Amino acid sequence: MRIVIVDDSGARASVLEEGLREAGYDDIHFVPPRGAFVARIERMAPDVVLMDLGSPSRDTLEEMLLVSRALAKPIAMFVDQSDDTMIGAAIDAGVSAYVVDGLRKDRVKPILELAVRRFTAFSRMQSELDEARTALANRKTIDKAKAILMAQRGLNEADAYALLRSTAMNQGRRLVDVAEALITASSLLGGGAA
Amino acid sequence: MTPVRAAFLPLTDSAVLVAAREKGFAEAQGIDLELVRTTSWATLRDRLVYGQVQAAQMLAPLAVAVTLGLSQQPAALSAPFKLNSNGNMLVMSGEFAAALEQDLPARLADPLGTGHDFAAAIGLFRRKPIIGIVHRFSGHALMLRYWLGSVGIDPERDVVLRVLPPSLTVEAMRLGEIDGFIAGDPWPAAAIAQGLAEAVAIGARIWQRGVEKVLALRTDWMEAHAETVDRLLVALAAAARWCDDPANRGELAALLARDAYVGEPAELIEAGLAGQVIPRADAPPVAQADFLLFHREATAFPWRSQALWIYSQLVRWHQAEPSAEAEVAAGAVFRPDIYRRALGASGEAMPGASMKLEGAVTSPIGVGAHRGALTLGPDRFFDGRVFDPERLNEYLAGFSGTR
Repeated sequence: MRIVIVDDSGARASVLEEGLREAGYDDIHFVPPRGAFVARIERMAPDVVLMDLGSPSRDTLEEMLLVSRALAKPIAMFVDQSDDTMIGAAIDAGVSAYVVDGLRKDRVKPILELAVRRFTAFSRMQSELDEARTALANRKTIDKAKAILMAQRGLNEADAYALLRSTAMNQGRRLVDVAEALITASSLLGGGAA
Repeated sequence: MTPVRAAFLPLTDSAVLVAAREKGFAEAQGIDLELVRTTSWATLRDRLVYGQVQAAQMLAPLAVAVTLGLSQQPAALSAPFKLNSNGNMLVMSGEFAAALEQDLPARLADPLGTGHDFAAAIGLFRRKPIIGIVHRFSGHALMLRYWLGSVGIDPERDVVLRVLPPSLTVEAMRLGEIDGFIAGDPWPAAAIAQGLAEAVAIGARIWQRGVEKVLALRTDWMEAHAETVDRLLVALAAAARWCDDPANRGELAALLARDAYVGEPAELIEAGLAGQVIPRADAPPVAQADFLLFHREATAFPWRSQALWIYSQLVRWHQAEPSAEAEVAAGAVFRPDIYRRALGASGEAMPGASMKLEGAVTSPIGVGAHRGALTLGPDRFFDGRVFDPERLNEYLAGFSGTR
């Protein structure tokens, strides 16, 4: 079974490929959605095309599927139209799939399920990475605000932190937002400690 | 607050949805309108069909095509409200346009003459010109085909139509992958501003009141949530009125310019809203009245005859199999009955009929309305044909020479 993965992100495509190979599929090709990519796909004559639902090039691919004579009447999208949970999972994961007509459902379903799992795992990895980055940035901001309070109000670190926290709670704002406001105000007033 | 999620594409004609959310019109109707930015029509369609969103800013022909089962999973869609008329432009590279009329205002004012020049230019060009369209089931693709067909150009034999999303059109011009494209604002204007293309034909001069985006809903959802739909339409009508007011153009352009929406410069968007077409990077603007309409003349009213015009073109270009059932189903996608139900008490001008001749109004004319004065602006096709929805087959037979 020939599978073509259309994807901009090399990392996500690799994660998907790895999973597919582990599951025993070995005829896998990558095509980045640029330039004359539909012509390349057409020449490859794939059985299954997997594509990021967020890719702006889906319309281009679908047009090719409509007019192409190389692919034997390709059919749409999600394997089993009646399987709402599967479709929901695929959309949530950001997977769209196109399958050559006539391919048995039980042969395609495992591929789609695998793609959904891998796409989900990849985006979880990304959001964890983003969260970690944000957390680090937030901590730096709060440390900076604490330093300003310690220098200008003669507080120790624990008291500076407590002051930031109680201000945030009283104003119903996030701690990091209060810290950011303090840093901005301090720099406007020419505060030195920042 | 009733949550409603609506998918949109980064285009100037997402304006009514954006204003409904950002200017509080939705909130005033108790609707928490969440806008989901989408980069392809395929994904917008799938989100709507599979219920991830309840509403979408959809190409009117795509709503008809999905209902007829021509675009992936078939689903009955309804369009109770049009989000705009017009707003498109065909732009071509300077190399191609060199063979066209060089007096730019004259070129744009005469689509028939420019069409014939275009036919001659195809023969002079170094390859079969590749023209980008954003989707086969788009108002602008149908308008481009109509224009080419009227001057004897076969859009499937004499040019290459290549589908690509609006946001990639400018880059494709830069790379020379396409020789021109037709799309909604601000993308043609962006290509011109970057010196990659010049204006060749303005949608509003091919069909003076071209159908563009509609508010598309799944018919089953619409029927199960009548009360929410009514409030949503009241909110959108108020937003459309606000968008059409020249006093709000600057603010609207600034809203749309945000990265969360269109993400292109506000000046570019504002020029389009004001109907100021800059035909070439170094040229003075050409004023195009009715370049883009949101509210006046009951723009939002979904005339059934317009859904049937779309159907006639899908049949004309062999994209839909003609049948009595398909004709009925296509016409029923536009829902003037829902529009009337929702906006009956709102003070919006309300047409008395649900169908009209398309292309028959040559100068502004007062028409029968249930309430308020309703004036329809000129809606001629550039070749003077009139579409009578009751005589669809005769209309189609009239194209036999060009298809």
